[in-house]
Amino acid sequence: MPFSIPKEEYMMSGHTACAGCGATLAMRYVMKAMGENTVVTVPASCWAVIPGNYPNTALKVPFIYTPFASTGATISGIREALDEEGKEDYNVVGFAGDGGTADIGLQALSAAMERGHNVFYIMYDNEAYMNTGIQRSSSTPFGAWTTTTPVGKDRVYKRENKKVVADLMMAQKVPYVATASIAFPEDLIRKIQNAKKIKGPKFIQILSPCPPGWYFNAENTVKIARLAVETRIFPLYEYAEGKFVLYKNPNPLPVEKYLEIQGRFNHLSPEEIRTIQENVNRRWEELLEREKGKVIP
Amino acid sequence: MRAINKNWSIMTGNEAVALATKLAGVKFVSAYPITPQTAIVEKIAEMVANEKMDAKFIEVESEHSAMASVMGSELAGVRSFTASSSHGILYMHEMLNWVAGMRLPILMAVVNRSIGPPWNIWADHSDTMTQRDTGWMQLYGESNQEAMDTIILGYKLAENKDILLPIMVMQDAFTLSHTSEPVEIRDEEKVREFVGEFNLPFKIDINKPMGYGSLMPPDGPFMELKMDMKKSMYSGVNKFIEITKEFNETFDANFPGPVEGFMMDDADYALITLGSISSTAKHVVRNLRNQGKKVGLLRILLYRPFPKDLVINYLRGLKGFGVVDRSSTYGPFGSLYMDVISSIYGKLDIPAANFIAGLGGRDVRVVDFEEMFMRIMEGEDGEIWINAGVK
Repeated sequence: MPFSIPKEEYMMSGHTACAGCGATLAMRYVMKAMGENTVVTVPASCWAVIPGNYPNTALKVPFIYTPFASTGATISGIREALDEEGKEDYNVVGFAGDGGTADIGLQALSAAMERGHNVFYIMYDNEAYMNTGIQRSSSTPFGAWTTTTPVGKDRVYKRENKKVVADLMMAQKVPYVATASIAFPEDLIRKIQNAKKIKGPKFIQILSPCPPGWYFNAENTVKIARLAVETRIFPLYEYAEGKFVLYKNPNPLPVEKYLEIQGRFNHLSPEEIRTIQENVNRRWEELLEREKGKVIP
Repeated sequence: MRAINKNWSIMTGNEAVALATKLAGVKFVSAYPITPQTAIVEKIAEMVANEKMDAKFIEVESEHSAMASVMGSELAGVRSFTASSSHGILYMHEMLNWVAGMRLPILMAVVNRSIGPPWNIWADHSDTMTQRDTGWMQLYGESNQEAMDTIILGYKLAENKDILLPIMVMQDAFTLSHTSEPVEIRDEEKVREFVGEFNLPFKIDINKPMGYGSLMPPDGPFMELKMDMKKSMYSGVNKFIEITKEFNETFDANFPGPVEGFMMDDADYALITLGSISSTAKHVVRNLRNQGKKVGLLRILLYRPFPKDLVINYLRGLKGFGVVDRSSTYGPFGSLYMDVISSIYGKLDIPAANFIAGLGGRDVRVVDFEEMFMRIMEGEDGEIWINAGVK
């Protein structure tokens, strides 16, 4: 049977996101996979603004706004209370950006996963604090320009590697961990459907390109998300109850293809691009080893 | 807990609070340990584990998360509880504002403890005084009986559809939390009937999807919502009086309500206090009365909303009074003093001293209260630190 994307829409038009916003595609696909029995919690983030001003909302499900650090804890309370009420069939979803996940929300996330609540935590990763105007997060990749890692006389663009939260979640042995992309919606939706089969904590990190933050034209959002996978910059994998599967593209493109159409990487020297390529190659080898079971997360 | 007879037991303040949450039908508890509150959490965990309490208990990784998780559970429509102290209260400051703004009738027991540095784990109201403007109601108890009763009264007040605000229920570290006193255990069936079912009017419902706390621009009803919160909170003074009356009739009890006047009827001089030091103050009032001195004590139970009209009525006709602050805040005077003085401004003109006493668990002794009364009778005013100097 051919796989198709569910027709139902839970995210309506008329939201306030920028043109070409990857995070809105992420929400739209996630909600298609979740269905109507879903409660979504968002911390401070672009997604705290996208649904629109009171009394409007672009979502057809209960949508709870919580302070920056507290997504993991808020969904824990919602889940346990809904179970007390006999509403085990509700999907309880946290939907947070990379700052709210990798930085200020990491403690609450890690603790919620450790306590084992039956929740989904979706990290939409646009690789910086975009809602406040493009500041570096620990999920910002090496080499990227942001307003707090500027390219001035001192060329102090980000020199540290990206913290990959999905990898941390595997190290913590969260029952379901996956990376996904808005350029591969069937894969994204299938992963959420797989995650639904697991009663316990689920973590999915979705790369969500940001036109104003990454400096590219709005029509290129999906193309850039696809290039991130095709260059192996953002590998897609699934880790379900201890079994790790890596999506393999046999003919990877060089990282330049991904970097060159984003203004945030404009300043990089050939040597720095080589460093990025080497890091990507090394990480790919590590992931292959992990798939063979040689690296036990 | 050792039973004396059917309804009485000897228990600590912490045990009284834990038992009260069971009596009140709390269904979800989330907490993080901190001295001297930990015994509340342990007792609840034990009751849940032994199926003596039908609730879900989770131990979270921080106080911020404790408050964020009870926010989630109350939004889902389940009566929820947490407890903390001291730095834990400060750590959840952001969430305290958030759940109050969400109009969630969460109850939190606070065992009052000082704020460091230096590290100090003893009784002091600085932890909750610094949170007095977060939109939470605050109740300061004097005894372990009140530790139990304020939880029961608190849920009824907080969940009232005209109020819908969270409440902090305070007791002093060690003096109450770790000291055993006789407590009359309220009848569980009657408590359930008294408190009633929890029915949050806007609980999470997939058939009624909405945004909870969504963005509101300056011309949105942001300011109106804040105005409504203040109005609801201050309607709580009279509501608390009503609920106290019903409580006392239901349980044949003697709960004082928002304030307690002790020998105030014909008093010329009085002290105003919060919490457990009031018991020592009452002892001193009795002694001074025996010496023919017309003194009294006004104890504030309900600190937020501040019961200003009741306070004015008690103070009218006094020749002088003193306000005892057991906290270190850094306004021009102590917090309770400023609330009292601003309440009587333009209405009463009475000399008033502000005593700072008992910080970091320092004992507030009989001689200290004698000194305070002596000084107000001599007409002193301004800020006076009691039993504090070079040590």
